[in-house]
Amino acid sequence: MVDVLALGETSGDGLDPITGELVAAARTLGGSVAVALLGDGLAAHGEQAAALGPDSVLLAESPALDGTSIDAYVTAFEQVCRSASPGAVLVGKTPLGQNVGPRTAFRLGAALAQDCTAVRRDGETGEVVASRPVYGGSATAEVAFTGDAPPFIVMRGRVCEPAEPSPSTDANIIRVDVEIAPSDIRARRVESVKQDIQGVRIEDASVIVAGGRGLGGPEPFERLREIADLLGGAVGASRAACDAGWIDHAAQIGLTGKAVAPDLYLTVGISGASQHMAGCSSAKNIVVINKDADANIFQEASYGVVGDWRKVLPAFIETVRELVT
Amino acid sequence: MAVDIIVCVKQVMDPEMPASAFRIDPDAKRAADAPGIPPVINGFDENAVEAALRIKDEVGGTITVLSVGGGHAMDVMKKPLSMGADALVLAQDDAFAELDARATARVLASAVRRIGRFDLILCGRQASDWDNAHVPLGLAEILGLPCLAVAQKIEVIDSSGVIVHSVTQDGYDVIEADMPALVTVSNELGEPRYPTLRGIMAAGRKTPEVWSADDLDIDPDMLEPGVRIVDLYAPESSRQVELVQGEDEADAGRNLAIRLREAGLI
Repeated sequence: MVDVLALGETSGDGLDPITGELVAAARTLGGSVAVALLGDGLAAHGEQAAALGPDSVLLAESPALDGTSIDAYVTAFEQVCRSASPGAVLVGKTPLGQNVGPRTAFRLGAALAQDCTAVRRDGETGEVVASRPVYGGSATAEVAFTGDAPPFIVMRGRVCEPAEPSPSTDANIIRVDVEIAPSDIRARRVESVKQDIQGVRIEDASVIVAGGRGLGGPEPFERLREIADLLGGAVGASRAACDAGWIDHAAQIGLTGKAVAPDLYLTVGISGASQHMAGCSSAKNIVVINKDADANIFQEASYGVVGDWRKVLPAFIETVRELVT
Repeated sequence: MAVDIIVCVKQVMDPEMPASAFRIDPDAKRAADAPGIPPVINGFDENAVEAALRIKDEVGGTITVLSVGGGHAMDVMKKPLSMGADALVLAQDDAFAELDARATARVLASAVRRIGRFDLILCGRQASDWDNAHVPLGLAEILGLPCLAVAQKIEVIDSSGVIVHSVTQDGYDVIEADMPALVTVSNELGEPRYPTLRGIMAAGRKTPEVWSADDLDIDPDMLEPGVRIVDLYAPESSRQVELVQGEDEADAGRNLAIRLREAGLI
C-alpha cells in the first residue's frame, strides 16, 4: 500500500527526465511515494530511481517489455497497480505514459485527468486536485475525483522541477512479478522509421523561428531558415502551415505537435491559437511579427512589431546579420 | 474485401473562433455557448472521416458515423455524410450532455454494440475542447479491441489485418494488429476532403438514427462522472508586450533586431 505511485520511464541506460518530475510532484501530495519501472533488465535503472528519493521502487521485468508493444506495458502496469494499491497514480504525458495511463485507468475503473500542469492535496478535504489547461489553454480547470479507485493524473512534462538524485537513499527496491501472456499483445511495432533532421533538433534548440498561416506559402519559410541559421536555431511552424503542406509536419509546434521551451521563440504570421500556444508557452521570450495588432499571440509576447512581414522581415534579417556576424 | 468502419465524431465549439468570443460560464463551470458561432465537428474527427473514406475508396465497404451528446446541430453532423459516409447514428439524450471521458466511452461502447458488425473503429486522436485523448483508448479497452494510436496512415492488408503508421517525435512507427481494431487518427494523415454537391444532396436525403439512453439500455450509474470540475477560470497572462515602433515597417524590423540585441536575446 503506497500513497502515490509514479510511473517512471527509462531512456537507454538512464531514466527519462519525467521520472524525477513525477517524484517531485508526488512528494507535494504527501505520504509514501513509490516509483514503478517497467522493462527488461532494470537493476541499474532501479538504483537510479531510488536515488531520486522515493520510499520504494517497484521493478516489473519481463522480456515482453521491450518497447515493441504498448499492450505489454498496460498489462504490466495494471498488475503493478493492483499489487501496490496506491491512493493516487501519476503518469507522464509521454508517448508511453499517455497511452498506458488512460488504458490502465479504464481497466481499474479509475477516473483520470489528462495533461495536468499542477497537482495538490486540498488543505481542507484532503482530496487530490489537479489543474489542467482546457479549450486549448483559454481556460484552466481544477478537477477532483470521485469513486473508490485511485485517481490517475497525467502530468505534462517540464512543469515540475525534477527531484535531484542523491547518493544517500534508503528506498526499498522491490521486484513485482508480472505475467504477460502472448494473448495480451494485440498491436505490435514492426518497424520504427526515423526522419533525417537538418540542423538543430527543434526540441533542443535555444532559438526557434516559427511561421504560420500568415506566411501564405512555402517560400517565406526560406527566410525563416536564414534567421534560424544566423542564430543557430531551428525552424518551427503552426499546424495550419504544416497541414497546408508548406513545411514538414516534423516542424509542427503545439498541443499535438512538439512542445518546446527555447530562450527565444520568434514567430512570423502566427496568430497564436491557443492550441499553438500550448506548445510554446514555456518559451522564455516570445517575439512576434504580425500585422494584426489584436492577434492573440501578442498577449504572450515580450517584444513585437505590428506590421506586414513582407516589409518588416528583410530589414530585420539584414540588421540581425550585421549584429551577429 | 470490403471493410465496415465506424467513425466516432464529436461536436465541439469552433476552436478557430476569435479569442474575444470565448467566455466561461462560472456557475456551470463550462465554456459558454458563443452566440452566432456555429459548432463544428472536431478537426481530428474529420481527419478520421477522411481516413475512412480513403480505405473505402481503396477496398470498398461502409462507413457509419457515430456521435454522443445531449443535442446535435444536424447540419453540422451531416457533413461526414456529404463527404461520403453512408450512415449517421446519434446517441442523443439529455442525460448525455456534459459527460466526462469515461462515461462518453461507455455510451459509445453501447452504441457500437448496437450497430453490431464492424472491422475498424476510427476516432480523432483528441477533441479540441478538452484535448483529453482519453475516450478512444477507453472505448478500445471496454470493447477489448487492439488500440493503435495517432495514425498518419492506415492500410488494410487483408480481410483481418491492419497496418498503421503511428506518428512519433522523430518519424513514425509501423504498427500491426488484427481486425477488428480501433485506430486514432492525427492531422498528419492529410486534409479532409470537401463535400461535393452530389454528396450534400445525398446527405440531405439521409435520416440519422437517433438512439436515447433507453434505446441503449444505459443505466444512470454508467454515466456517473469520475472527474468533478472544482473550478474553471481564465488564466492570467503574466507578460506585457513591448511593441517596437519605427518610421515605417522596415524601420520597425531594424529596431526590433536592435532591441533583441540590447536585451541579450540574439
